[in-house]
Amino acid sequence: MGIEIHGTAASTCTGRVLLTLFEKNVEDYKIVQVDMAKGEHKSPEFLKSQPFGQIPYIIDGDVKLFESRAIARYVTKKFADQGTPLYGSSPKDAALTEQWLEVESQSYNGPISTIVFNLVFAPMFGMTTDEAVVAAQTAKLEAVLDVYEKRLSESKYLAGDFFSLADLSHITYTHYLMNVAQKGAIYDSRPHVKAWIADLFSRPSTQKWLKEAGFAK
Amino acid sequence: MPLCGKYIPPKCRVYGAPYSICTSRVIMTLMEKEVDYELRLLDTAGRDFRILTKEYKEPRYLALQPFGKTPLFQDSEVKMFESRAIIRYIARKHDDHGPHLYGTNEKERTMVDQWLEVEAQNYNPAIAPAVFHLVFAAWFGKIGDIRVINPSLERLEKVLDIYEAQLMKTRYLAGDFFSLADLSHLPFTHLLINHAGKGDLYSKRPFLKAWWEDIFSRPTWLKHLAKAFPHIYYDPNE
Repeated sequence: MGIEIHGTAASTCTGRVLLTLFEKNVEDYKIVQVDMAKGEHKSPEFLKSQPFGQIPYIIDGDVKLFESRAIARYVTKKFADQGTPLYGSSPKDAALTEQWLEVESQSYNGPISTIVFNLVFAPMFGMTTDEAVVAAQTAKLEAVLDVYEKRLSESKYLAGDFFSLADLSHITYTHYLMNVAQKGAIYDSRPHVKAWIADLFSRPSTQKWLKEAGFAK
Repeated sequence: MPLCGKYIPPKCRVYGAPYSICTSRVIMTLMEKEVDYELRLLDTAGRDFRILTKEYKEPRYLALQPFGKTPLFQDSEVKMFESRAIIRYIARKHDDHGPHLYGTNEKERTMVDQWLEVEAQNYNPAIAPAVFHLVFAAWFGKIGDIRVINPSLERLEKVLDIYEAQLMKTRYLAGDFFSLADLSHLPFTHLLINHAGKGDLYSKRPFLKAWWEDIFSRPTWLKHLAKAFPHIYYDPNE
């Protein structure tokens, strides 16, 4: 039967789930397209499954789940015995993975999602870009990346010398800022961050997501 | 394994202030799990004017918490930050005693993760601006901005409608058991209801009201409030 993902491959949050499935070598999944342009995610039918009107949500047997980082944790645990060990290999590794996943969620995601919304999605929907907001959020993002630069000078990845769910969680929005909005300079100016980003984007899973999302052939 | 009495693990330390939102989450979890800890008072907002509060900007602290924030948690195995990561760690590590804050099986744990993410992604961003402007502003001699407060409360009401619908189906957010997800809501919600006078948002939604009254009356929460705000609250169970 496999995992049924309700969302769309190119979306940042659905992408987070797909990247996790790919890292865990899971092939038995299916994407059920949600037509965001038609407002399907706000329809009464959709709201029964995801009351906040957001994608993605998944159905896996008798498990129905939303919130991409919760889904990513679920997939990581369910397929713990295969693919990349996204929580490392000890309780301490797992604790640091959770820590940096929360950093992504609480400190990175806010600024970057606001910038990407203003630069990429607002124009797409005929809305105005708020330059003042972009400037303010960029300053916040720069401060966060300064901390990342220091951290990544001490360890290869955020939680330690292993690629984890924490690093993975950054990929989709970073792609939008760097490659769609063409604002990669913010990463390039920090050598350890730049190397880390290059590493994340060279991963086969990332390449696979870019293809499925229609960003690459 | 202890032979009898309270479980006392090796040295366990929390850096932060007990009245701070994020440190409260960690303290509550430690208390629920009956884990002894030492609190190192660190106030990053300058709230407690008796204490010199610049310690969090010192290189010594930044080496441990590079964002210069609290809480920071330390036990014999880890030094870590981010309150929602810390409480997951504590709940998992001490699962064999006290309430099962992460559920008792994988399915329950998945639901706890979902609703903890809901709190982080949907509830917290809606309630935080309102509490900052309605409560914290006054603490620092400022006036809250109604242009921030009103949209924040509007956004929060939409979230509360969704919570009301969920709490018609389950006694607590993740199921019929009190979990990290419910706990995570306590600090901000308490301030909004009891210090900003916005209790009607909760009392007009019957299932939400029942849930709030239940979690607020947990002995650990009342004990924590009495310790964090000794000039305002006393512990009725003492």
